Amino acid sequence: MIRPYDIIPFFVIIPLGGAFIISLIGKKVKWFPDVAGTFATLALMIISVLSVWIVNKYGMQVYNVGGWKIPLGIGMVLDGFTCFMLVTVNLVAFLITLFSVNYMNRYTSKWLFYALFLLMLTGMNGVIVTGDMFNLFVFLEIASVSSFALVAFGTEKYELEAAFKYAIMSSVGSAFILLGIIFLYSYTSTLNMADMAGVLMQKGQGNIILLVSVLFLMGFGLKAALVPFHAWLPDAHPSAPAPISAMLSGILIKTLGIYTLCRLFFNVLGATQPILSILMFMGILSMLAGVFLAIGQWDFKRLLAYHSISQIGYVVLGIGIGTPLGILGGLFHLFNHSIFKSLLFLNSGAIEYAIETRDLKLMGGLSEKMPITSKTSLIASLSIAGIPPFNGFWSKLIIIAACVQAEHYIYAALAIVGSILTLASFMKVQKYAFYEKVQELTAKAKEAPVFMCVSMILFAILCAFTGLLLAPTVKGLFLDLSVKALTVGTGYARLVFGAL
Amino acid sequence: MILYLLCLVLFSLGIYCTVRKRNIIKIIVGIMILEYSVNLFFALIAYKENGRAPIYSETQDILNMVDPLPHALVLTAIVIGLATTALLVAIAIKIYEKYGTFDITKIRELRG
Repeated sequence: MIRPYDIIPFFVIIPLGGAFIISLIGKKVKWFPDVAGTFATLALMIISVLSVWIVNKYGMQVYNVGGWKIPLGIGMVLDGFTCFMLVTVNLVAFLITLFSVNYMNRYTSKWLFYALFLLMLTGMNGVIVTGDMFNLFVFLEIASVSSFALVAFGTEKYELEAAFKYAIMSSVGSAFILLGIIFLYSYTSTLNMADMAGVLMQKGQGNIILLVSVLFLMGFGLKAALVPFHAWLPDAHPSAPAPISAMLSGILIKTLGIYTLCRLFFNVLGATQPILSILMFMGILSMLAGVFLAIGQWDFKRLLAYHSISQIGYVVLGIGIGTPLGILGGLFHLFNHSIFKSLLFLNSGAIEYAIETRDLKLMGGLSEKMPITSKTSLIASLSIAGIPPFNGFWSKLIIIAACVQAEHYIYAALAIVGSILTLASFMKVQKYAFYEKVQELTAKAKEAPVFMCVSMILFAILCAFTGLLLAPTVKGLFLDLSVKALTVGTGYARLVFGAL
Repeated sequence: MILYLLCLVLFSLGIYCTVRKRNIIKIIVGIMILEYSVNLFFALIAYKENGRAPIYSETQDILNMVDPLPHALVLTAIVIGLATTALLVAIAIKIYEKYGTFDITKIRELRG
């Protein structure tokens, strides 16, 4: 008999098995990595949509790994927030694999790329579904280590430098996270997150929780590239191959950074007002610093990387407000950002595929030469700048409305300023890359191959229509579930043990 | 108590080494010291004065056992540290091939 919670381990098994088989036979059988990678991510996308249906129908699910009941064994938890993140990650991952079928022909050892890609996906899905503190750390490191290798994938000068910087900073972040987990373990004597939340409710918030909060804020803030800890991102994200830039900016920083921060602060430690205020302040700081640094950039991908910092600022601001409306805005912006930022990075990849440069000064007139890339990037630019009716507008509107509702008028004004500056910098991109007169380099540019175009068009369609997720009935099925999972706070413990 | 303080000293040394040193290999060593100080701290959490191995037997009471869980977790953490270090060293070798130096002040292609 198939029970609803049997679906949960497959989020880890499918990509891990895929990575294993590809690394085993991918070197000999040339066509295999493409097919296996695409089908593995397609299967993941389908079961992640299925998981939304399961949560709607049967409520929260808990899977006990190896039959050991939690809190003794490792538990995997499927609740509203989990299925929301799973859909985001696996949807974007599938479309990006489709893109890399053609794009990765620029590199040798395509099979290594797919093996590492699926390993990174394993780490991310694992971080999302796990209900165990140390398990979370292990999956976090799987995702991080494979992403270091992917950033260095081209083994050119700047790629190695960026990968080294990223690896060092990320390792320091991981050490802080592990230290935080150790303190929590020694205080609560348990590793299960739900059990931990229960014990913390009984024991009360000691000084040690303050220390753990600061350690987690540093560690996960570094993974999410919030502003004081952002220095690695503008080097690492542009240096990777375009599909990986899209993965890193689109979903990796959100899964390893934002998801874990939210899960731990809201559901385990309990979100106190000082922590929320710090999150809001860091969000505003990231938002403004990111966008100011982005405007002056001439490297297309570097500009996009700075915008990732800025948009992550919006997400953290929304979540930091802490009201249901603010969390809704933050999470919806997380979903939208993963779509339009992935699309923009794929556009930059398509341009790099055609004319071998990322310098905006050398581009021009690409709208005639590459109509699909031009149109889709226009849609993505309008989305990220927050022009109605594209998805970025709705989520920014909710965040600003939540700021006003919670009486943070200055933050609301700054969020609008950030949005206007974003618009300005993307007008620059559009003008220099697509609408100036044709230069010698762009004269012989051709449109990207078929799979790349299909992937970009699908992303553009998503950009145009995901605003519909806010429609009353659909909102209750998908977004409200995840908001509910966060606003329940440390009641998470009761829910998990109730679902057993 | 003094053991925990020594652990903190090791942790600070690791951070200092990572932040201040210019040689790539020394930075990697700094990261390793950092990771190992955290692992040591984790193992120390489980330590008990006059504790015994947590093996159940008929003749002995279940008293004064050390906590076995951190030891298992530290093993995992060490293996993860090994993976990170191996990758870092591989990148360092490649950097030396491309730049001909280990000095990070001379490895500056990326800026802005």
